[in-house]
Amino acid sequence: MLTYEFLQNYWWFLIALLGGLLVALMFVQGGNLHLGNRALSETQKRMILNSTGRKWELTFTTLVTFGGAFFASFPLFYSTSFGGAYWVWILLLITFVFQAVAYEFQNKKGNLLGVKAFRVALMVNGLLAPFLVGTAVGTFFTGSDFTVNKVAITDPSAPIISTWGNNWHGLEALGQYHAVLLGCTVMLLAAILGALYILNNVDDEGIQAQMRRSIKITIGPFLLFFLCWTAILLVKQGYAVSPDGVVSLEPFKYLHNLLAMPAVLVMLLVGVVLILYSLYLGAFSKSRKGIWFAMPGTVLVVMSIFFLAGFNGTAYYPSCTDLQSSLYLDNSRSSYFTLKVMSCVSLLIPFVVAYIAYAWHQMDKKKITAEEIEGTSHKY
Amino acid sequence: MDVVVWSRIQFAMTAAYHWLFVPLTLGLAVVMAVMETLYVVKKDEFWKKAAQFWIKIFAINFAVGIATGIILEFEFGTNWSNYSWFVGDMFGAPLAIEGILAFFMEATFFAVMFFGWNKVSPKFHLASTWLTGIGATISAAFWEVITNPVAVSKFCHSVTSGWVTGGIFVVGVSAWYLLKKRHVEFAKKSMLIGAIVGLVGSGAVMLSGDASGVHAAEFQPMKLAAAEGLRDGGNGAAFTIVPGIQVPHMLSLLATHDWNGYVPGINDILNGYTDNDGNVIPSVEEKMYMGRTALDALAVYRTTDDPALKAEAKALLEANVQYMGYGHLSRPEDVVPPVGIVFWAFRLMIGLGMLIALVLLLCLYALWKDKLGKWNWLLWAAIICIPLVYICGQSGWVVAEVGRQPWTIQGLLPVNVAISSLSAGAVKTTFFLFLGIFALFLAIEIRIMIRAIGKGPDVEPQNS
Repeated sequence: MLTYEFLQNYWWFLIALLGGLLVALMFVQGGNLHLGNRALSETQKRMILNSTGRKWELTFTTLVTFGGAFFASFPLFYSTSFGGAYWVWILLLITFVFQAVAYEFQNKKGNLLGVKAFRVALMVNGLLAPFLVGTAVGTFFTGSDFTVNKVAITDPSAPIISTWGNNWHGLEALGQYHAVLLGCTVMLLAAILGALYILNNVDDEGIQAQMRRSIKITIGPFLLFFLCWTAILLVKQGYAVSPDGVVSLEPFKYLHNLLAMPAVLVMLLVGVVLILYSLYLGAFSKSRKGIWFAMPGTVLVVMSIFFLAGFNGTAYYPSCTDLQSSLYLDNSRSSYFTLKVMSCVSLLIPFVVAYIAYAWHQMDKKKITAEEIEGTSHKY
Repeated sequence: MDVVVWSRIQFAMTAAYHWLFVPLTLGLAVVMAVMETLYVVKKDEFWKKAAQFWIKIFAINFAVGIATGIILEFEFGTNWSNYSWFVGDMFGAPLAIEGILAFFMEATFFAVMFFGWNKVSPKFHLASTWLTGIGATISAAFWEVITNPVAVSKFCHSVTSGWVTGGIFVVGVSAWYLLKKRHVEFAKKSMLIGAIVGLVGSGAVMLSGDASGVHAAEFQPMKLAAAEGLRDGGNGAAFTIVPGIQVPHMLSLLATHDWNGYVPGINDILNGYTDNDGNVIPSVEEKMYMGRTALDALAVYRTTDDPALKAEAKALLEANVQYMGYGHLSRPEDVVPPVGIVFWAFRLMIGLGMLIALVLLLCLYALWKDKLGKWNWLLWAAIICIPLVYICGQSGWVVAEVGRQPWTIQGLLPVNVAISSLSAGAVKTTFFLFLGIFALFLAIEIRIMIRAIGKGPDVEPQNS
């Protein structure tokens, strides 16, 4: 049963799951965008800060694990993308690095930069991190400018196997409107997730009114960007891989993928419906439970996007410079042994999810209130 | 300077900076968990307040450690792409275990530990404090696993050196309170726990260091030779304390656990030798030839469609693959790391480590005999040991990482082949960018920490 192909597909499934969780957990980034809302008092901003501040490490860790999973299961992607799209990853890294210290430092005396600078850092992270992650995933469908030559490692004069084709090193993706559309979609989705999360987690009517207002404002652009990106995806040509490993351009490839994998189609539709329902709950009802529909919806949609990119004979990291350098599951995977051992370890994931859920539940049983923020010394 | 040098400088800076924060995290994790355990067992509020103070210090330090940790992970891909491709397959399994078990444990329970005092039961909170520490400790293994062929002993060595750092940090801060006659009871009790944690760490560091030495002798003999400045080896090799002062046979004993064991010197490794098991180790020139043969065979194996040629290339590759990296070297001397740096860093590490252990021992003695009030010199020594323990830890990393040059993977992948396809200018830009960020964060952390320590714990009247 544990064939090489099964294991590679299983790991692509796990990477898709991690990608989905990462985007869903970006409610932290989206939530921090509200720190700039002038209608909120300082205490209310501290409530938001402490609400997202109790979860930021989960998002951060999911990002690290997402990268680590790629590194271990598809090392050729990790080396090609990280070493090639250098500036994109460095930019993403810097926003996360500032985020990591901003929580702890901003309200401490002696922090040199003052509260505002760290809040700006959190908001920059809130805008850029989802945008860059979305744009980077967008290049799974537009292609990137790189070549791969595994034989190069035998040449002492030029031993690097993955070479990027331009000096922009990934920033050129900002000129690919389809990838940018996905970046904007993820950024707006993070903002919505953040508002839904705060709506649920913080007991303050003023904040709740602001969150609902924010969701109402964001719905339109979010749906517009998402629908545009999806429509273009379904009509554009994609990067198909033949059984003997030859990569070619195929019209309507991603539409074909969707039709060839009805389960993915169902996942996508269910995910979209869940997100739409959460938007309704957040913007037009009195319910505060929208986040519990938005997060699973996000996970399902992101997973289906990864499945469209990697399954059904598709190159998930295509090269527009040299089609045959494109990366697909078979040519970029780890060894059978590594995938098998990691698969055994992955059986622990339900246990990890269970303790995270338990700890989360314990911490969030009591919602965050102004009294708590003004009364306790254990706060950001 | 070319892209290889800039990539190395950037990585060295990131790793060194990261290692300013990780050891304190590891050591404080034990101290605060012990204190909170005392609170739960004895139901004494004093220990709760004491634990909360050290958790506050832990949290200030923890954030920067996490931030620099992710930079390290990214840099493996961004600046060492060939290396990532090469090792992803080898280290995948341990990393999967670590990612699933450690990273999420640390992330989940840190929030409970820091914010959960009034939200969860004392026992659940205590479990969270221990689990945060355990998660942080296993997370430290990422760096170990990925850079060392003898990960277990290195892991133990690094983790327990963190206990020494945390221990002496707590002892040093407590000494400052005692000198100022502030928080006296808190300071004495903290010093006791800090000294015990530090001494346990010191003992474990020595044991794991001994194991690391044996492993180095077996897998990285050049590193050992460089650390000893041993040009010509032999049986019954002497250990050099400083140039001119040697302990006969000691190096053989430490490296091989045999009084007369053979330890190769730099020239022996360059020219070839016979090891303690009777294996003939080829000269570097021969290894370079075999490495070149392996690389040529690999090229044929990857490009030919002829089954006979493929089989022949495979056989040739398998016969020479252990020396494949040597095929990338241009001259035999390339395998010799900077001997002076490794030699003195090794001595600095051991000398400072012993000095710190002595100060910890004296602090325990003074506590036992109630001499602390009279021995101000010891309190000052404990404070001075705080910067010294960082120099000690950094020296250890210099020995480990400079001593391994030119290899990112021993015998298989030299640094000049491990890099990414980037311009020197791009890496230079990110180097200065990170340098600025690191300097800023360090300055902020030190300021915040000094203020937090200056304010002190909320445990008792200041002049008690």
